[in-house]
Amino acid sequence: MEFFWAFVVGGAICVVGQLMMDVMKLTPAHVTTSFVVIGALLDAFGIYDNLIKFAGAGATVPITSFGHSLLHGAMASAEEHGFIGIAMGIFELTSAGISSAVLFGFLVAVIFEPKG
Amino acid sequence: MATKEEQQAYAEKIKSIQPKPPYVLNCLKAFFIGGIICTIGQAIQMFYMTYFNFTQETAGNPTVATLILIAALLTGLGVYDKIGQFAGAGSVVPVTGFANAVTSAALEHKSEGLVLGVATNLFKLAGAVIVFGAVSAYVFGMIRYIFQHLT
Repeated sequence: MEFFWAFVVGGAICVVGQLMMDVMKLTPAHVTTSFVVIGALLDAFGIYDNLIKFAGAGATVPITSFGHSLLHGAMASAEEHGFIGIAMGIFELTSAGISSAVLFGFLVAVIFEPKG
Repeated sequence: MATKEEQQAYAEKIKSIQPKPPYVLNCLKAFFIGGIICTIGQAIQMFYMTYFNFTQETAGNPTVATLILIAALLTGLGVYDKIGQFAGAGSVVPVTGFANAVTSAALEHKSEGLVLGVATNLFKLAGAVIVFGAVSAYVFGMIRYIFQHLT
């Protein structure tokens, strides 16, 4: 059942992105940046956590969860250190994603040759 | 140079001639591929929860890292771009699209060297996501913090 909802919710989020590309004629870069902002906005209202509880990876794999994790780390750190903590905690939860993107992106670019 | 009015008139004029994208078909493809990527993510997440004692909340991090590794490799092999041509947003919206943007930008500039080519261009496309994400998280975080302490 978890797999079913991950598939449906994850797919539905991608359909929203596809419609933004086709109907509003946005570039993929504009779609992903909008989605990150939307994810942070949904987390500001506490909505995104419920979506993760419901859909699992269907909500954590789309890029919207990046915005959600940024705000989540910021708020967790703000509880400890006050408003200075917002800047300290922003990349706390997303560091795995960013550091692995840097590491693997770099290694792949070193090892492989560009195609076409 | 064409004036702004002329540019707008031209954009209006070519709008009627531009081919309409097959909306429904594109959405189905995006739904299907995006759904499959999330289902794979769910499987990886359950693997980490079962064998490495991650909880539902903490399993997201290693899952995302694993998906980024897979997507970076597929980009290096030239497979991800083929998936992308078919899936449209289905391959852009998941975090694998972020890894693809990082890796392909780095690969593209490999001929310019490791420092000025690969390293400087790593975040050429994906940097926008981090910038907008961090700025919006900071702004929303401030607003939420102020609200929490007013009430």
